[in-house]
Order: sequence, then C-alpha cells, then structure tokens
Amino acid sequence: MGYNAGNFDVIVVGAGHAGVEAALASARMGAKTLCLTINLDAVAYMPCNPSVGGPAKGIVVRELDALGGEMARNIDKTHIQMRMLNTGKGPAVRALRAQADKVLYQSEMKKTLETTENLTLRQGLVERLIVEDGVCKGVITKTGAQYYATSVVLTTGTYLRGKIIIGELAYESGPNNMQPSIELSYHLQELGFNMVRFKTGTPPRVNSHTIDYSVTEIQPGDDVPRAFSYETVEFITDQLPCWLTYTSPKTHELINSNLHRSPMYSGMIEGTGPRYCPSIEDKIVRFNDKPRHQIFLEPEGRNTEEVYVQGLSTSLPEDVQRKILETIPGLEKAELMRAGYAIEYDAIVPTQLWPSLETKLVEGLFTAGQLNGTSGYEEAAGQGIIAGINACRKVQGKDPIVLDRSQAYIGVLIDDLVTKGTNEPYRLLTSRAEYRLLLRHDNADLRLTEIGHEIGLIPNERYERFLKKREEIAREIERLEHESIKPTAEVQAILEEAGSSPLKEPMTAANLLKRPEITYDVIAKMTPNPSVSDVVAEQVEIQIKYAGYIDKQLAQVERMRKMESKKLPEDLDYFAINGLATEAKQKLHEVRPLSVGQASRVSGVNPADISILLIYLEQGKLAKIER
Amino acid sequence: MEYDTIAAISTPMGEGAIAIVRLSGQEAVPIADRLFKGKKPLAEVDSHTIHYGKLIDPKTNQPVEEVMVSVMRAPRTFTREDVVEINCHGGLVSVNRVLQLLLQNGARLAEPGEFTKRAFLNGRIDLSQAEAVIDLIRAKTDRAMNVALNQMQGRLSKLVGHLRQTLLETIAHVEVNIDYPEYDAEEMTHGLLNEKLQFVAEEIKKILLTAEQGKILREGLSTAIIGRPNVGKSSLMNALVHENKAIVTDVAGTTRDIIEEYVNVRGVPLRLVDTAGIRETEDIVEKIGVEKSRQVLKEADLILLVLNFHESLSPEDENLFKAVKGMDVIVIVNKTDLDQKIDMDRVKNLAGDYPLITTSLLKEEGIDRLEQAISELFFKGGIESQDMTYVSNSRHIALLNQALNHVEEALHGIEMNLPIDMVQIDITRAWEVLGEVVGDTVSESLIDQLFSQFCLGK
Repeated sequence: MGYNAGNFDVIVVGAGHAGVEAALASARMGAKTLCLTINLDAVAYMPCNPSVGGPAKGIVVRELDALGGEMARNIDKTHIQMRMLNTGKGPAVRALRAQADKVLYQSEMKKTLETTENLTLRQGLVERLIVEDGVCKGVITKTGAQYYATSVVLTTGTYLRGKIIIGELAYESGPNNMQPSIELSYHLQELGFNMVRFKTGTPPRVNSHTIDYSVTEIQPGDDVPRAFSYETVEFITDQLPCWLTYTSPKTHELINSNLHRSPMYSGMIEGTGPRYCPSIEDKIVRFNDKPRHQIFLEPEGRNTEEVYVQGLSTSLPEDVQRKILETIPGLEKAELMRAGYAIEYDAIVPTQLWPSLETKLVEGLFTAGQLNGTSGYEEAAGQGIIAGINACRKVQGKDPIVLDRSQAYIGVLIDDLVTKGTNEPYRLLTSRAEYRLLLRHDNADLRLTEIGHEIGLIPNERYERFLKKREEIAREIERLEHESIKPTAEVQAILEEAGSSPLKEPMTAANLLKRPEITYDVIAKMTPNPSVSDVVAEQVEIQIKYAGYIDKQLAQVERMRKMESKKLPEDLDYFAINGLATEAKQKLHEVRPLSVGQASRVSGVNPADISILLIYLEQGKLAKIER
Repeated sequence: MEYDTIAAISTPMGEGAIAIVRLSGQEAVPIADRLFKGKKPLAEVDSHTIHYGKLIDPKTNQPVEEVMVSVMRAPRTFTREDVVEINCHGGLVSVNRVLQLLLQNGARLAEPGEFTKRAFLNGRIDLSQAEAVIDLIRAKTDRAMNVALNQMQGRLSKLVGHLRQTLLETIAHVEVNIDYPEYDAEEMTHGLLNEKLQFVAEEIKKILLTAEQGKILREGLSTAIIGRPNVGKSSLMNALVHENKAIVTDVAGTTRDIIEEYVNVRGVPLRLVDTAGIRETEDIVEKIGVEKSRQVLKEADLILLVLNFHESLSPEDENLFKAVKGMDVIVIVNKTDLDQKIDMDRVKNLAGDYPLITTSLLKEEGIDRLEQAISELFFKGGIESQDMTYVSNSRHIALLNQALNHVEEALHGIEMNLPIDMVQIDITRAWEVLGEVVGDTVSESLIDQLFSQFCLGK
C-alpha cells in the first residue's frame, strides 16, 4: 500500500521546539526540507509551562538567535510579559524570561514555517525509517507515504509511546491528549537503539475568572522594554502580570491522606522523573519540613482565561486535584479547566549519538529534543538547530558543526548528553557550565554570530551590523584603557556622588571602571563618548570590570582545548588497552569519545585512566590497536 | 602483559634486619625457580604461600643465601602481575648478592617507583593511592609508615571530604539562588559566605600545618651537630648511630649514587645531613666564621649544639648561640666525666628555652635524656601521630595550597563586594582542587546536592 511520496534533502520528523528549529535551519541553509508532524495544530506547542527562558535556558534562546534560530524572534512577537532575572547578581547569570501567549506563539511559528522557502510542512505520522546497510534513506508514514532524503532528523518529544497517567487512570497518549507515536519506538528498538522510559508532568489549569487575586501577590513584568533577539526593534509594552500564592497546611494534609492514590507511590509509573521537577506530592513527601510551597499563577495567553498553576504539577486523581485547589489561598473557588497529569515516554540513550547529534548506529539519522532525554523547550530548540544544521551539512558534504563547552550552553548541553548520558530528563542549569562567565546572556552574539554567518543562517546585512558593534566595543575599550582620568574637582565630585573614594593620582578610565561601585555611566560623565550605544556600553563595562575573572576562565578554556585537540580514533578498541579499569573500558567503548578531553568527561573514567590513554597516545601505541 | 620482569630491593636496609628483594612480571616465578632450591619447585606451589629454601648460584652451584620465598600470582598482587618476594638477611652484602643473582638470570633492575607505576598502569590503584604507596615505599621509619598507611586508608580523604561537603553545600546554595531566583530559599549573602569560607580556610591551614611534620616524617629531620673542635661531635654522632642502628639506604630506591644516613630516635627520623660536611665543620667557627656557618645551618631542621664541660665558654660558643637563634636547638654539655670548667649558669642563660642536656659520651651517660629531648621537641608535648593526618606528599601539599589560594581569592572577592556568582568561581575551583587530592572531581555531585538540599519544581 506504500507509495513514493517524493524526495527531499532533509526530513524532520516532528514540529515541536526541536523540530521547527531543525526544519527552519535546514531549509534556510538551502536544503530541500520536509517537516512532518502528527498534528498541524501542534506546531511549536507548549504542553507545559507558558514561558520561555530563565537562567541558562534564556541564554540558550539568545544563542539560538545568534546562530540564526527562530525561538527568540518568535517569543519577542508573542509574549505577554518579560523579565530580566538575577539583576542583583553578576552579568554571567542574568537571564531573560518571557511569559508566552501560547496560541499566538504557535500560530506565529507555524506561519514562519509555512512561508519559509525550501520548506514543506505536512501532517503525517512516521512509523518506520527506510534504512539500507546502516544508512537512513527516508521515512514511511502511517498512510503509506514513502519520503526519501539524505538526512532524517527525529524530534518525537513526549509522543513516543506516550502514556498519560492521572491517578488510577492511564492511557496511551501524546501530550495533552494528542495522538501518540507508538510504532516508531518499536522500530527504533528493532534497529538496535537502546531506549529508556522517562516521565514528566504538568499541573492543572484553572479559569482566571474564578481566582481571587486579592489574596495573592502580583508579579509584574519589567518596566524597561526587553527582547531575546538581538534584531528585535519593536517591543511589546502592554504586559500581563503573574501572581504568587502558597500551599497551606490543609494542602499538605490532603495530599498526605491521598498518597495511596498517587501513581508515583502505587508503583504504576515506571518512568524516571526529573528531580528538578517533582510533583507537588513528591515535594511534600521529600521535604516534609517545609511548611509551604510557592504556587505561581501564570496566564496562558491574552485571548484565554486559562491559567497555569505553576508549582502544582501532579498525577493525583482528578477529584483530589480539585480538592487541592480548594486548599490554596486564592484558588478556593477556582474552576479546574484541565487536570494535571504525568506522562511517560520513550527516549533514546543519548550516548548513542556523536556530538553532531547523528546516531552512531544509523548514518544520516539525527535526533534532537526530548527524544534525546532532555526536558524543556529551550533545550529542545538548542539541539534542534544543531541537528538541522548538521543534517543539512551532511547533504552538502561538509563537516558537522560542534560547539564546545566554552562556546555555548548548547555546546554544554550536547556534550553532556552524548558524553555522560542522563538517567533523568536533563535540564540545563548554569552550574552545568564550567565557563559560565564566558557564556553570558549579553555576549551570545559575540560568541556565535560568526558561526551563524559562516554556515549561512545569518544574512550578510545582519552580519555587517554585528561586525560594527564588535568593532565599537573594541574601540571603546581601547579608548578607556588609554584615557587618563585626573583628580580634578569635577572628577572627585562625580566619584563622591557614585559613593567611591577620591582619586589620589591620575588613573586610566579602564582601571577606574574596575572599582565595584563605578559603572560605565559614571565613567561617561568624566569622559563622554556620545557615539557609544547602550549595548556597547554594557559590553565595555562587563569586559573591563570582570577582565580578571574572564581571563582566568579563558586560561582554563585553553587547557581544555589542549585536551580536546588530542584526538581519539572513532573505532579504538579500548578492551585492548592494558591498564584501563574495566569500567572505563566499557564506558569508553560505549561512548567512543572523539578526543581525550571528551573521554575525561565520561562518567566512570577516572584521571588514572586518562593518564593511561595519554601514555598510549604519547607512545603512538593507539595506532597499533585500532580495529 | 607485555612487560618484562623487574627486580629491586624493596626494603630499607640495616644491619641484621631482614631485607626483601621483589620480582614482578611474567617471568618472576621461573627466574626465582632457576635459583631456588627448596622442598618443591616454586612453579608448583600454591599462590600466596611462603617457602623456605636456599638460593644456589647456577654458575658455581654453591649456595648463596638462606631465604624465605613468597609466591603471589596475578592478579591478586600489588602490581597485578606475578610477584615473588625473597626474604633474606638484611646486610648490604647479602641482599646485593641476591639482587645481582636475579639480574644475571633474566630480571631487569627496576627504575625508582616502577612497581607502583605498574600497579597504576595495571589499574590496581588510583593516583592518590599510588602517591601514598610511593611514600610508603620511601617511608624511613615505623611512624612514617603509619602516616603513609593512614593516608591510604583515607584519613586525608575524610578530612578533605568534610571540607568539600561544606563547600558543596555553599555552592549549591549560591546555585539555587541563581538557577531558581524566585524560589523562597534564603539568599546567600556575602556575610554568610564569608563565614563559611573563613572556616574552610582555617581548616585547610590546619591540614597544611601537619604537612610540615609529614614531610619531616618522610624525609627525616635534617640534623646538624655543631660545636667547637674537640667537644665530642663525632662521638655524639657515633653514639646516636650506634644506639639507634644507622640505616644506610639509597634515596632513589635502587641506584646507589648517594648514600645518606638515617637514625630513628624514638620514632623521630633524623637525617644526619651530609655527614662528611658535618665532619668538615669541626673547625667551623674558626675557619668560616659565624656568617658562613649561618648559611650552613639554614638548611637544618634541628641543631645539636655541643659544648665542652671541661673548658670555659669561649666567644665562639657565644657566637654559635647567636647563629642558631630562632631555630630548634638542643644544647648538649659533654664531657661531664672531666672537671667542670664551664660556667653552667651562663650556659643556662644562653640556652634560654632550649632543652639543656649534660652528657658523658665517653661513659655513655645522658644519651637517653638527649633522645627524650629530641622526641619531645618533635612531638611538641604530646601530639600523637596516630590521631593526626600528616600530609606527606608534595603533590597534596601543592593542591592544598592551591585550594587555600582559591578560598582566599574568594574571600578577597567578597571584600571587594563582587557579585556572588563571581566569587563562586573561586569557591568552585577550591572544591575541584580539593577533589583532586582525593581523586574525585565529578561535578554531577553538585547537581545531586542542589536537588537534595532544596525543593524545586514546576
């Protein structure tokens, strides 16, 4: 019953946050691209929280933008609120977070896909891959359509053998009662992939009309206009607030007395859930000394009354969920619109991937997003763009793009996945990045625009603007390093006003800027340069002020790069290396790291094993034991 | 196993002691068998057994040595290779003869530390254990042996582990403020951070203090005997050596370039530095003067200053006191068997807080008291080595110093009012560096800490 449905360069299976970035990147780079989704109404759907960004994640969104991705632009067009987080801390951990209008976010993204050249968006449920001699040639849908392509990117999200669980109830389903993808999971196992079962969950939604906001605290957006994309010039000023309330002792009592009906505790759920995302019942059991838990009320959009009850993720039965709402100040009379649920799904063990996100098992097959064991829209999008780029480069016969840990959070994310694997849904945290100070929210463009341009995702016009900005920063830093500030009465007055001690002798403006209490604005009063824009001023201030710390991290990066440059052959026989610990042999055999640096990050491989690898490498012995 | 078979003397040598010559490698048993004559050939004995017999020189067919031979087959051995240990008489001559026999019959002389290196390369031990083993091999006294053993058993690991946990909790706290800015955890303040870091800095300093002693235990207390000619310096040295059995050993382990002398005085290893040098300084005061002698003394950990009971104090004696000011000194007034001509009140005055011992080396009197004084001085009134963790490894000392630097930089950052996430860079480095001491730098434990310490979620 199958039919030949056409030939493409790249096929992307799935149109969630990973899928859309993969499809857009591939099409924009010139590959004839097909994007297949189970349901066209689910393009860029947000099945859980209505927000984008936050610490680490927000930086990923900016990185996506610098690489030519879509997420930043799309949220800039469709948010209802934006905030800069961690403003009281250092520049490295500042991050934007936006509350999204979910429906608008979807329709804007869908429109972008529909109007992108080289890109075909189509509804279709992929059940099998066409694999010949270990090489992926295409996909087959449930309707029998056989599509052929050089590269295939799988982004199946939580659809893969998805199962929703609410209390005692369980049924096969994708997110939010979407049709699940069952066959593909079995097919992947047939192909030899190791699969794991993960679990995630979502809280209930309630009707805004029925919330008593008077007993909650308001959480407004920032007054200053903000945007994720470096290119955004129009800002949304009309913002909606979120609200904060807390669980009560009654909530805890109620949950404790209904624990036996929770699938997590009755043993019905087999999947591994993330520790950072526990359900409310988990929180109450594990942290029973905490008297109350925060509950944030987040609107799901401008044209809906649905409100997301953040902090109340649960898989308790629907009737218990309704009773829980009654115990929370402000929600006593809240009408439940959708019940919270837990969802189990299949993911592949990500150590089966090369750092390019191509699978080791099947050539030409790439995977991204929750299928690789991550959690979060941003994490999915970050992998999506890399998978899309590399799927396209495969078609073009070019080497894959791999971002290293000092270049981007996306690099940290992918390196962690393919090197260490994960035994729970993986979430990015700033602490996962060892070069956090280099991976800032403010410098994502400086880090990645060059690469985005080189691979063909950043148009020349934008690149020119970027080069100009970069040059202005360099010029202003240079100027401040040579500009001497003299202890004039005027200068001393400015210093005193800024709460700083007076100058005893002349000092360069750069050195003065290193004083913790001195900002670029203060310097500008002493030695104005009207041509400097705010974004340039911000860079100048950060780069000068924290130069000491930045240099320290750069030195570490240098050391890391040395280890990365010691390449290991893909097909090295670790079992033939004398002296490696058995565990190290097994792990290295499984991961097949491409460099000693990557090998050193494989869990179970200790420094002694690395010394031995280095000894072998130094002695040229590795050549002898390649298979 | 592609390695050849290596041999070396694996115990420090001393007159009358038992010495062990160790063989490791595929040919260890066959090589030993070529020389050994016992009840049955070593090839037929069970692993991890010990056998009495004689070593026969195959060339002359003459018995060379009476020995006990242990056979330990791979992989349950120190190097994970076949190991044979030959226990023989500890005399320099006999032990060397055994070694020479093995070398003539197919073994290769091990390089310094090569057994450990093999153990390491065969995955037998990790780096920090390997370093402790190296120290173990070099340990010159029983007490030093204990320190090395303790280190292996993880006393240092435990101590450092506690500090790491404190740092980890602090880091997790900072992290939760960063990654969950809206979470209702107490904000980590500069004040709070300062308090924690001061504590860690103090603890690292304490560990480092023991490092000095650890180093001394391993290397011996470098000891100089000084005094005017003919006060009995040579007699004093001979007495110490005779009483305590001089240990003649080689620093590098197997090569015989430099010979040093060690004596073990009640658990305190004394390294009689540059014995020839000390003898040449017989007339140190007259010949090179106080300035120069100060230079020589600078290297010493302990000074034994010898005066003559039978002569009155000279300006040279007084100059000696000046030269050793501020150092660890024991004053010895020798020749109490002769008439007193020295002004003891003046001596007591000059000696001040230094222990003052009177001896008659000729009559072998007072040596006990001297030993007691040395022991007391070293253990500073009852520091029991068993309860202490001596950091006896220079790599560990370097790492601890590095960690301390990072903590101090973090403290400096706090003082400068830098953002807490910047300060944290140094805290994390300190945590990582301490991890290198115990061989654990897995950052995943931070994530674990984060989620076990705080209740986070959607």
